[in-house]
Amino acid sequence: MNDTIVFEDVSKFYGEVLGVNRISLSIPPGITTLVGPNGSGKTTLMNLMTGLVQPSSGRISVLGLTPDSAPEFFSMVGYCTQFDFFPRGVTGWQFILDSLMLHGMEEDMAVHLTIEALERVQLGDAAGRSIAGYSKGMRQKIRLAQAIAHHPRVLVLDEPLNGLDPMARAESIALFQELGRQGMHVLISSHILDEVDRISDRVVLITGGYLIAEGSIHQVRQEVHEKPMQVLIRCEHPELLASKMFAINHCVEARLHADGKGVFLRTADIDQFHTMLCGIAAKGLVKIDAVAPADDDANAIYQYLIGSDGSAS
Amino acid sequence: MQTNIANLGKNLAQQPWGLWWIQARRLTRIELRRNLFSWKASWIYFLAYIPTVIIAIHMLFERHPSFMIGEDTNVLAGIVQLYYIRLGVFFGCLGIFSRLIRGEMIERSLHFYLLSPVRREVLLLSKFAAGSISAVFLFCSAIVGDFALMYAGFGAAGRDYIFNGPGLGQMEAYLLIVVLACLGYGAIFLLLSMMFRNPTPAAMLVLGWEAINPVLPSLLQKLSVASYLRHLMPVSVSADGIFALLTVQTEPVSGWVATLGLLLLIAAVLTYSCYRVRTLEIRYTTD
Repeated sequence: MNDTIVFEDVSKFYGEVLGVNRISLSIPPGITTLVGPNGSGKTTLMNLMTGLVQPSSGRISVLGLTPDSAPEFFSMVGYCTQFDFFPRGVTGWQFILDSLMLHGMEEDMAVHLTIEALERVQLGDAAGRSIAGYSKGMRQKIRLAQAIAHHPRVLVLDEPLNGLDPMARAESIALFQELGRQGMHVLISSHILDEVDRISDRVVLITGGYLIAEGSIHQVRQEVHEKPMQVLIRCEHPELLASKMFAINHCVEARLHADGKGVFLRTADIDQFHTMLCGIAAKGLVKIDAVAPADDDANAIYQYLIGSDGSAS
Repeated sequence: MQTNIANLGKNLAQQPWGLWWIQARRLTRIELRRNLFSWKASWIYFLAYIPTVIIAIHMLFERHPSFMIGEDTNVLAGIVQLYYIRLGVFFGCLGIFSRLIRGEMIERSLHFYLLSPVRREVLLLSKFAAGSISAVFLFCSAIVGDFALMYAGFGAAGRDYIFNGPGLGQMEAYLLIVVLACLGYGAIFLLLSMMFRNPTPAAMLVLGWEAINPVLPSLLQKLSVASYLRHLMPVSVSADGIFALLTVQTEPVSGWVATLGLLLLIAAVLTYSCYRVRTLEIRYTTD
């Protein structure tokens, strides 16, 4: 069986309004984050993938299947949507159990999986209460529980951290990490970039319905040639290091760290930069404690490629 | 041709009928819970049982000499034809069936079903089954209640009319009519609810169509639920004035032809609904 999620030249128009345009993607297992401003097409992409909307052109397959073959497709896919609405009058328990029973499994199995899913999102105590009385965070959790209850191989999460308190966010992120490690496809759209950044294997940047970039964060960052990379170097004499790097004409910007024990340097050629830095360290001119990329994250990539105003640069 | 038929047969045999059956049963159970046991359904209970309550009041406070059985039989026929078929079942089915898909789009909860491992056709037909069971349960129990109360006041004469006379046959005919009306209007309103954001104006057009249908050419009469039901009435209702339009006698058709004709109409509407549901998109912001 195919192990990737594939978008082949997919476009979606809502009447004359563009949803997404000519998106081609191949997403391997692991955690993939969809990044883009509001209205960029992230939810459309997820809805297209799960058949909630139909593509105007192009083809989509998830592990070789399409939503047309619903029983096979949705036994492998769980989708936690952004819609904060539920069937009228149901309790958390009933909501999960009903959805599991539709898989055709035995009731004992459905009950077992319901308990497991509720425990995973720590909603066991509130399971008997009507969802209408849940807080926003609890509603988010129960949607997540419903999406993971049947042990899907592909988990699609649209803004899954919305409404969660810091503790619940940390728990959810740990859960996503665990699922990613298990070899699942976890596709997340989120605007809380700092938090998803830590767990993402890949990012897909999208704005105005167009795919801007995709790949591992490091890969994408390296492709942004017009924005020199920023590196944080922890060392004893940051001013001296900065002057040496400028002297060999390899830095375009230097900024001291607030604690005075490091310097942020920007370079247009990161490989050459590392060679020079090694040379300086080898000569013993500056004792270097640590070197780390300072803008090699989803947030920086978002700023560089999309801009804080949401327009592609 | 024979190869195509053989392939079709093979293809059908390979489908997971067992799984679909389990899913359909479970979906129907969930939908029945929502249809019958919610406060929002209370007005449909009112529509179904208001004649029963009125007949009960009459039974308690009026004397029923046996010579009035014929008159009350006509009253009951009028209640079925003019109230249940034209109003009660019509608006009850509008409430039940338009809620099944459109109601969930308004409540923004339909996506849970569309993201479940259930074929959309199975989903639609299960919802239709649940709506039909709800409507049939409500209106058939009301008809049985009406019938029992109508003749209970006559004592032994009433019992004789039911069990030794034409009473039981009439009740069976009324039940068949109500079942077919629920299925027919149910299929139409389910389809309308998928075609229009607000199916009520379209339903009013259907009501108008049903009213003028008896005076239309016979080909167009076939596109009406009431026209088929009219041929199944065990007692003809004579009406004056505006009600005459509702009870115009059309060319006679045998009972089984009318039943089969209506079932074919229902099957055609459901087939088209299945096609529509396959391409249904969730766009709550525009719905």
